[in-house]
Amino acid sequence: MAQPIRVLVAKVGLDGHDRGARVVARTLRDAGMDVIYSGLHRTPEEVVNAAVQEDVDVLGVSLLSGVQMTVFPKIFKLLDEKGVKDMIVVAGGVMPDEDAAALKQMGVHEVMLQDTPPAAIVATLTRLVNERGER
Amino acid sequence: MRDTVDRNVLDPSAVEAVREQERDWEANEVAQFLAKQAERKESFLTLGDFPVKRTYTAADLADTPIDDIGLPGRYPFTRGPYPTMYRSRNWTMRQIAGFGTGEDTNKRFKFLIAQGQTGISTDFDMPTLMGYDSDHPMSEGEVGREGVAIDTLADMEALFEDIDLEKISVSMTINPSAWILLAMYIVLAQQRGYDLNKLSGTIQADILKEYMAQKEYVFPIDPSVRIVRDCITYCAKNMKRYNPINISGYHISEAGSSPLQEAAFALANLIVYVEEVLKTGMQVDEFAPRLAFFFVGQADFFEEIAKFRALRRCYAKIMRERFGAKNPESMRLRFHCQTAAASLTKPQYMVNVMRTTLQALAAVLGGCQSLHTNGYDEAFAIPTEDAMRLALRTQQVIAEESNVTQTTDPLGGSYYVESLTTQYEKRIFDILEDVDARGGTIKLIKEGWFQQQIADFAYETALRKQSGEKALIGVNIMVDDTPDPKIETHAYDQTTADRQIARTQRVRRERDPAKFEELMAQLLEVAKDDSQNIMPITIELVRAGATMGDIIESLKTLWGTYRETPVY
Repeated sequence: MAQPIRVLVAKVGLDGHDRGARVVARTLRDAGMDVIYSGLHRTPEEVVNAAVQEDVDVLGVSLLSGVQMTVFPKIFKLLDEKGVKDMIVVAGGVMPDEDAAALKQMGVHEVMLQDTPPAAIVATLTRLVNERGER
Repeated sequence: MRDTVDRNVLDPSAVEAVREQERDWEANEVAQFLAKQAERKESFLTLGDFPVKRTYTAADLADTPIDDIGLPGRYPFTRGPYPTMYRSRNWTMRQIAGFGTGEDTNKRFKFLIAQGQTGISTDFDMPTLMGYDSDHPMSEGEVGREGVAIDTLADMEALFEDIDLEKISVSMTINPSAWILLAMYIVLAQQRGYDLNKLSGTIQADILKEYMAQKEYVFPIDPSVRIVRDCITYCAKNMKRYNPINISGYHISEAGSSPLQEAAFALANLIVYVEEVLKTGMQVDEFAPRLAFFFVGQADFFEEIAKFRALRRCYAKIMRERFGAKNPESMRLRFHCQTAAASLTKPQYMVNVMRTTLQALAAVLGGCQSLHTNGYDEAFAIPTEDAMRLALRTQQVIAEESNVTQTTDPLGGSYYVESLTTQYEKRIFDILEDVDARGGTIKLIKEGWFQQQIADFAYETALRKQSGEKALIGVNIMVDDTPDPKIETHAYDQTTADRQIARTQRVRRERDPAKFEELMAQLLEVAKDDSQNIMPITIELVRAGATMGDIIESLKTLWGTYRETPVY
């Protein structure tokens, strides 16, 4: 049997809006994935360290505080410094379309905004992990 | 005030006659119609899961005492806190605003006042909300982004420049660091020669709902509740017209709860605050008249109206029966309402105007004292001036054109609304009893009990949106692939952090270091002694140039910080 997909759902910065992150964590858990939820108020360093230590397939970062253009460059820089090449990074939350487009340019695999149906999130992560293939 | 407790709208024989009519109607008209065409759904539920009958009759009021419905401005205030309501004065139109530095937000305040807004409401940036100065590493990227940055008294001076604080009420949406902002507000008022007893407004300062829902906290629960207590007692003695707290269901709802949980959990928090203040020896009637509330206006129109009415009735009964209040002022629940941000969608974003209009109308028919209507662009970013103007105009249409304000509680006596109001009251008291039986609110927050229930309802809601059971135009029905018109969103000014940090650092450089150190030492002494009030020393500190971060970081060394065990 294939290993379950491992996901870290993370909240970064001072943002306390965790409704979406917790719904996503539960959705992925109910879909049979191994889910770790970081809890609130983490730094990019803490999140990247946890993602590497836990050897997750997917790092999902939820942001509703508008700091996506500060946080994601830091996350990619830290992943790069650690030589991590195959981590799937996805974003969720509330942000303008221009920022969502810019994040995808930067290397975020998918941006899933509010009202994305839970089943679509499961399907997206499954597809991204299949596309990546075995590690 | 009331002579009997059990007089009902109908006498038992009339109830029986109405029920007989209903049975006959079900057997004839309804049955014939259903034989031709089934109803759209097997069962109908409110957004909060209350079953909804085909229609309501006078028999549905059989267990509602007429004294519980009562009259506006009279116990138990179901029909409104005041006897004449909007016939005397419309609700306060209070659009929240905040971004950039004090100067930036001051301009937005003046714009809104020029557009006819009648109260001010301030949104702070995440560092200010969490007690970090703008130059703290945790603040990077967040300074002035989602609200205004306030570190020092100088920022507060800029925020309210040329605004007469004796004339307009000011709400500050802030929690763990609220008492420091209140201290800055007080010093600003003193510098301008205002009478503190003439200032009206509020700090939110409802810390318990932060642990439950909004998750803006710094310290562990006990010292945090003590700070709230200190704000309440300080204001009761020194600021007679100021609301030291806004007990908030709004964030509980936005975090995903049902409307019933929103109402019940907010009242559970109320009970803790009242008990804490009573422990200081203050009498309930000395402070309860200034307790204020904040609830959301969700999408289910009649349910929201029933929720507001039930909240007023429950509050009145709690204050009189549980806490022995004697003054009717201590029993009238006054609330601010904000329409539901989480109900807004990105696709077909102009539809948000209609959603907001209906939610605002429910707030007005539910008897709110002040109202914020959301901007159509809030599923993108914080609102633009244009979006805020239209949101304010929405309130003005309700107030000036619709004539719904001409009579008080126009839905009073509606079989449906009265019945739902009474059901809400019963279920709220059931939850409060359950909370007491399980050991009380603070214990249950520590156990994640409230948080789990909120998470459960949020998850249910997500599944219902996915299945289409909960309709959402543009998301699961009426999906339209035509691109929406391009939206202009609020742009973040990249110079904000530099401008803000320069001022904070100037204040630190220019203050008297000896005086500052002496006061900081006193702060820790006061903080260690639970019987003292933390407000006076905080006022002296901000006057002497202490930053919010100085005060918070120092107290962290004494009290530590809070980290939750997340549940989902």
